[in-house]
Amino acid sequence: MDSYSNGFSSPRAEAFPAGLRVLVVDDDPTWLKILEKMLKKCSYEVTTCCLAREALDLLRERKDGFDIVISDVNMPDMDGFKLLEHVGLEMDLPVIMMSVDGETSRVMKGVQHGACDYLLKPIRMKELKNIWQHVFRKKIHEVRDIEGLESGIEEFQMMRNGISDQSDDGFSFCGGDLNSGRKRKDFDNKHDDKNFGDPSAGKRTRVVWTVDLHQKFVKAVNYMGFDKVGPKKILELMNVPWLTRENVASHLQKYRLYLSRLQKDNDLKASHGGIKQSTDATSRDQAGNLGFKNSINIKHNDVANTNFGIPKNTVIQNSNPKSHDGVVSSPDLGPKGPLVSDAHEIQKATSSSGVGLHYSFGTPDLDTKYTTFSSALPPQFSWNREHKPQIDPNNVFNHLSLPDLDQVQVNQKTFLPSYPTPFNKERDKLTHIKAMPPRATECISLNIRQQMPGENTFGLNPVQSECSTTAFNPSESITRTAWSSKDQVLDHISVSDLDSFNGNLILGKNSALTSLNENFPPCLLPEDCSPTYFEMQNSDFSDSNNPGLLLEPSMYLYDSLKFDYEYPCDPIEYPVMDQGLFIA
Amino acid sequence: MDIVNQLQRQYVDFLSSLYREGLLDDQFLQIQKLQDESNPDFVNEVVTLFFEDSEKLLHNLAIALDQQHVDYQKVDACVHQFKGSSSSIGAQRVRNICVSFRTCYDAKNLEGCLRCLQQVKDEYYLVKNKLQTLFRLEQQIVAAGGAIPIMG
Repeated sequence: MDSYSNGFSSPRAEAFPAGLRVLVVDDDPTWLKILEKMLKKCSYEVTTCCLAREALDLLRERKDGFDIVISDVNMPDMDGFKLLEHVGLEMDLPVIMMSVDGETSRVMKGVQHGACDYLLKPIRMKELKNIWQHVFRKKIHEVRDIEGLESGIEEFQMMRNGISDQSDDGFSFCGGDLNSGRKRKDFDNKHDDKNFGDPSAGKRTRVVWTVDLHQKFVKAVNYMGFDKVGPKKILELMNVPWLTRENVASHLQKYRLYLSRLQKDNDLKASHGGIKQSTDATSRDQAGNLGFKNSINIKHNDVANTNFGIPKNTVIQNSNPKSHDGVVSSPDLGPKGPLVSDAHEIQKATSSSGVGLHYSFGTPDLDTKYTTFSSALPPQFSWNREHKPQIDPNNVFNHLSLPDLDQVQVNQKTFLPSYPTPFNKERDKLTHIKAMPPRATECISLNIRQQMPGENTFGLNPVQSECSTTAFNPSESITRTAWSSKDQVLDHISVSDLDSFNGNLILGKNSALTSLNENFPPCLLPEDCSPTYFEMQNSDFSDSNNPGLLLEPSMYLYDSLKFDYEYPCDPIEYPVMDQGLFIA
Repeated sequence: MDIVNQLQRQYVDFLSSLYREGLLDDQFLQIQKLQDESNPDFVNEVVTLFFEDSEKLLHNLAIALDQQHVDYQKVDACVHQFKGSSSSIGAQRVRNICVSFRTCYDAKNLEGCLRCLQQVKDEYYLVKNKLQTLFRLEQQIVAAGGAIPIMG
């Protein structure tokens, strides 16, 4: 939509809210017709759909073709809440739910899944007349993110002045078909960051927070200390030229909200007796695993004040939970769009920096796209990645069930806040870390790298493989071999750090792991994403003579690793908080 | 033009009674308001859609309740759907039956469900009938050269 590249000057912008592009999804033909008419009367541009699937396709086809989605809760082909999640994750559009059922629990569910409003049928004209406020609000929030996160008008000004000469030349995206096209468009619109003030500047700039980008972000955040850092500093550290402070600010906001949500969910899980593990991994369940489960529910309050130093107040802002990619309950709906990996950027950055936590995306021969799955949280974060898994997760994990693994090493990188050793010193035997049962559509990213025997430090392990996206069925369980930690290893372990966890979890030991490299678990990557390499700098592991498994945990893994420690467990921030939704 | 006035009065009285008796509620008025020159048959179209949809739902409901092992989830889905669509045109009494229907299938009370099914059918056919009469009146008014009165 080129007309929106110059938000302020487009006629549509001036007429706002008229011309608001609404997508209505409802399987009831009567309602569909009525709503269409009503919305037209509001001078909105209406598109109707009677199937959720159809709606999703439409949304994907016409990226940025809609401003807001209104959907019924009960639909035959897909639960409205699911659609809500998808939309929020993939397109980051405001979604209004509708239903004839006004039960509080349903409304609550809607809100939890990120609906920006919940209308009861019969719907009145006046209710529809005001839906533009949700679009407007979203845009405003982006501004607020900036202002709230960092004081100082000058910062704001800086943003306004912007990165005027942003170009996406030096920015290469891996592969990517339609994604790259979209990316280009997104980046082209980065200049529109300044136009945030115009709510109708249809082209809201969407930064695609790829795994790599997010990694850089987290790295930067951790480097400074979560509570100390602001978007400006993060931006500097990240050293991503095309990224704006606004982008970072917004992302930071979500990140914090995500963490708070994470702990809240862990709380819930705790109250339900631990994290529910995948269904078919029972065979691999070991007693130790239960320990993991129980230990996961680390005080949520602590989580808020974990080593990330997330100030309580920032974490708890959660006015508008949204099914972000499983991460953030934020006023805004979801991430800014699918993640795109800027592999090259990461590589550049990592090659130059000594401290890099990067992800090793499996072996080069793996042809998988990688996406770090960021949430094993409740349903709202599920999404569909319909690529065929190239690796059968179950098989992968079978390999992983290595009984002789008795060591876990986690590389806590230097710039990471130091966390108490997360691994249970007392735990000697191998336990399994069970993955959270992926929801039907959840994809779990697992990055396993095998540490070669005798390798003491993890060198750069550039993996240029692409991971295929995989959709896990709920029945699939991804069982990670858990590790028992040995004392010596424990000192080096800090699970809490997201980055480290993401890339640094090294399963100490064993021959059995040799096969792991090939059995790279399916990862999800945006189609265009190319994996970055994982760089492990692990001077701490000098005493390790065993091949290790470098495991990149996803959220559930993190949960598993939240042992019952006294120490405040740092939430392992999932590798991709803002992981785009990689829906096929 | 006496005939037009007569018809119009008839129309108004009839429609008022529907509201009064609770067969229709404010929603019907809303959709009438939506009708305009660009969509002169809007109400008619919507109501027709409602009829089609409803007959399907009623049919499915009957089947669902006729099973050896009644799938109450299915019943729920149908009734919920019916509740939604009846609310779209303001068929208040139909919608109310759906509400009580829910208590029956929630309790897996087959007998209650069957009773509700009958009730909902009755109410549905009643309102369908009334609406068809209303449309006929409208057509007569228009045929007589008059305008359809707009209820406030």
